[in-house]
Amino acid sequence: MTTAEILRYTQETGDFSRMLDGIPYAGFIGLQCERFGDDLIFRLPRKDSNIGNPILPAIHGGVIGGFMELSAAIYLMMSQDVLRMPRIVDFSLDYLRAGLDRETFAECRLTRQGNRVANVMVTAWQKSRSQPIATARAHFLLED
Amino acid sequence: MTDSVRKDRVTRFINTLQQARTLGLTVADADDQQLTLCLPYSQKIIGNPETGVIHGGAITTLMDTASGSVMICVLPDFELCPTLDLRVDYMRPAEPNKPVYARAEAYRITNNIIFTRCEAYQEKGKAIANCVGTFMRIGREATPKSYRDLITGDDA
Repeated sequence: MTTAEILRYTQETGDFSRMLDGIPYAGFIGLQCERFGDDLIFRLPRKDSNIGNPILPAIHGGVIGGFMELSAAIYLMMSQDVLRMPRIVDFSLDYLRAGLDRETFAECRLTRQGNRVANVMVTAWQKSRSQPIATARAHFLLED
Repeated sequence: MTDSVRKDRVTRFINTLQQARTLGLTVADADDQQLTLCLPYSQKIIGNPETGVIHGGAITTLMDTASGSVMICVLPDFELCPTLDLRVDYMRPAEPNKPVYARAEAYRITNNIIFTRCEAYQEKGKAIANCVGTFMRIGREATPKSYRDLITGDDA
């Protein structure tokens, strides 16, 4: 499958497995994505190798960041109709609660899309959406 | 505390973090002002298969780990400090097949908060990313003594 075919397949079926298979880092942390109507929910099932605090234990803050950053990029890719990783410019992350050793979810919102730059908000939570573990904001470059 | 003690303590600390071990992070340099960690290149952390460039998430983890471990080098006692926030600016994509280094410093330490700066670079000092962070001081007693002893070892 060409990259354009993978994008079309993902958009038509809502099955992200082929797209994610092409991104090694997604498999490295275990990122998954599901579509509900027009909404995308990103999932990070619990995984021993993602632990960064052995005492609590809790997920490594960098993994939570990487999960949210990759979620934002895939979300943007799906809304752009081009299967090319958008270039990230900057990423700002607030940790609100410890990300415990359990499944984590994320959702994204396109705050603003200009001609060259897009601003994406990401919220991550575990047990309850009303108690986010982290919020993030990313800028992406849409063209080179 | 000598620089080799600092290196040993940070090495023991990052070896207790499964994600840092999985990424293969190692201590490149440490003194009383700064800490440098190294992230080796590997296929499994590629973010863009067309270019072989590693994903920013691996660099975020590298910089979060360096910034969160620099306290071991600058504070007299081991304290685990949770990250409050991070801001990462990506200067340019990391070149494939080469390690990425992250040098972190704590430029301001208060009773409650530690402010950090970190730069990720590759050989010849080419900057890949910059990161500023804040970390909360929850006190050494918040970390179990057995874990503190594991990090400080016999060299306390």
